[in-house]
Amino acid sequence: MAKRETPLLDQLEGGKWPSFVKDIKQAAEKKPMAEDLLQQLELSYKDRIGHWKHGGIVGVKGYGSGVIGRYSDRPDLFPNVQAFHTMRVNHPTGWFYKTDALRRLCDVWDKHGSGLMNMHGSTGDAILLGTTTDHLQPCFDDLTEAGFDLGGSGSALRTPSACVGPGRCEWACIDSLDICYNVTMSFQDKIHRPMFPYKFKIKVSACPNDCVASIARADFSVIGTWKGDIRIDQNEVAAYAASGLDIQKEVFDLCPTKCMEWDGKKIKIYNKDCTRCMHCINLMPKALRQGEERGATILVGGKAPILQGALLSWVIVPFMKLEPPYEELKDLVLRIQDWWDEYGKSRERLGELIKRLGMRVFLRAVGLPAVPQMVKAPRTNPYVFFWPEDIKKEVK
Amino acid sequence: MAKTDIGPPDYKTMLPPVIARNYGKWRYHEIPQPGLLVHTAESGEKLYSVRAGSPRLVSTDHIREICAIAEKYCEGYLRFTSRHNIEFLLSDKDKVAPLLAELDSKGYPVGGTGHAISNIVHTQGWVHCHTPATDASGPVKALMDEIYDYFVTMKLPNHVRIALACCLNMCGAVHCSDIAILGIHRTVPKPDNTRVPNVCEIPSTVASCPTGAIRGDMKNKTITVNDEKCMYCGNCYTVCPAMPIADPDNDGISIWVGGKVSNARSAPSFSKLAIPFLPNNPPRWPEVVDAVKNIIEVYASHARKHERVGEWIERVGWERFFTLTGIPFTDKHIDDFDMATETFHSSTLFKWE
Repeated sequence: MAKRETPLLDQLEGGKWPSFVKDIKQAAEKKPMAEDLLQQLELSYKDRIGHWKHGGIVGVKGYGSGVIGRYSDRPDLFPNVQAFHTMRVNHPTGWFYKTDALRRLCDVWDKHGSGLMNMHGSTGDAILLGTTTDHLQPCFDDLTEAGFDLGGSGSALRTPSACVGPGRCEWACIDSLDICYNVTMSFQDKIHRPMFPYKFKIKVSACPNDCVASIARADFSVIGTWKGDIRIDQNEVAAYAASGLDIQKEVFDLCPTKCMEWDGKKIKIYNKDCTRCMHCINLMPKALRQGEERGATILVGGKAPILQGALLSWVIVPFMKLEPPYEELKDLVLRIQDWWDEYGKSRERLGELIKRLGMRVFLRAVGLPAVPQMVKAPRTNPYVFFWPEDIKKEVK
Repeated sequence: MAKTDIGPPDYKTMLPPVIARNYGKWRYHEIPQPGLLVHTAESGEKLYSVRAGSPRLVSTDHIREICAIAEKYCEGYLRFTSRHNIEFLLSDKDKVAPLLAELDSKGYPVGGTGHAISNIVHTQGWVHCHTPATDASGPVKALMDEIYDYFVTMKLPNHVRIALACCLNMCGAVHCSDIAILGIHRTVPKPDNTRVPNVCEIPSTVASCPTGAIRGDMKNKTITVNDEKCMYCGNCYTVCPAMPIADPDNDGISIWVGGKVSNARSAPSFSKLAIPFLPNNPPRWPEVVDAVKNIIEVYASHARKHERVGEWIERVGWERFFTLTGIPFTDKHIDDFDMATETFHSSTLFKWE
């Protein structure tokens, strides 16, 4: 095919950071679709505006999600991206791959699509960028043959994700990978067939460092935590001090609860005052280990701004033991989704519904007790609602 | 008939043997050099993870090249991180140095560990989205070229998480980042009344507006927009394609700072507005690159060790943040949405600058 010039995008090929333009050009060697993507992007760089139109309903048999329809608004100039749909492929939990699986994924995508993908999308899926409507079903068939399935999109359970957890990390308080995989497999129907008021995200982080940002990005956040005393190896503490770590300044002075003491030789921790922030453990992983009773804090409501403003998830269960098959956790997810499905308005996320109807109503509906760990402080206004049973009935 | 609902491949089939043997039994880790993590298990076995940057938007041939490297050094095992980096997972210490040499020769940046700037979480932009106010891959590439040194070293007070979303929908959920780059529109959507009746559902279009700026016009089966209430989020356009919002001369980028998701030391928090608007200036967005670099450099030279951007600003005060960075404070920095008053000073405890 005749090469056209891309003077603007060419300026993004230089520099030390890997260039996406090089990757598009590499795909364009084989795929007219990638060449037209490059050309349309060049036009966007010139016009300073996007050139994609809205979706339209496209998909694969039996599913209502996993495919995002996309069309060029200049098919006259770029006929090969007239239709350029995205397929979201549910990644292996923790984004672990053996190369034979990854090569199978590439082969399917070379056969059916543009040869371009995102490793990975923000929610976690491997994103296959750009194919035509008639290739969707055959591509899906080949994907499942290769051992992959689609992820969530639209008003569905989105592809759950998890941090690396016990796969590599000494701080894992829960088996984030197994929990995420178990939830994903148990809720396949909810991922593939949108039936909710809006999207619903579940993310599992194995400790309060929250490497998958579950508190900010998930409607249902699972964050590993512990009870009991932080275990101290005083010899390793001394080794850190000897190696140049200023324990007073870098560790204790930055402890948010000031629950530690250091006499220059040994440290003492007042565990009752500790809020398990991880700072000291992050700095001295050899010397300090979390308490031995492990579980998770469950929080709900996190989301980005659309529609009623961004929210960070709120604590609803301070501590839940999480052992396979995780029935208590999944049952709570189902009770929450049932309530949200019943009362949520179109495009109303869980956190927004709780804001609208009240945490008090939510807790009663899903059967959770009110506990002090849920609030930073009790209410300051006197606009208190009481339940009918709180009120003494008139005696006749 | 295709199989359905098979779910993702079982992650357990993707784990390197050294991980399978030591699963859940890791004891501690060290970062002997930028981009190299060494995890030691209770058994004494070690896992070497080499972290390399990626443009996120990759060709299948690029992925095959990554596979070939993993097959040569890691028995075919690798993973990706939540920030789009590639991690090569090795059990053989002797293969680490040759792997690093090959990555260097092929132009892969190795780093993003510890007190560094890791890869920028970002969205699709003009490459593949229908509502973007800016591109995503382009500004990210231009910025990472400029701050590359912070990726391959660990010399910052703490790590700095940067994210970019090309519109307020925030597929990249940039609302809790140390530095967030957010595409914004600044002009109201223009409803095409000849198309709205055919392609849009009026009630859902009305309901899509966070500020109640859209009203139904049932007589003409269309909608009207109250320009004074519209804050240009573009959510209506997602619901109703007959009211385009993109505007090349007025779309651009805003910069937000001081958010975090980790619970370490201080609670997770939202990013706050630093710069309300910078122009879209492709292909290399010099105004955006300069602004972000300036914030990073001021942070790097003023924050104490282990302070995240938001923790540093909380300590010195927002007054000083604006003075030190030279960023002008405007009426746009003062919130006027839901819960705005929670951000107002209701005390006399502020600083002079």
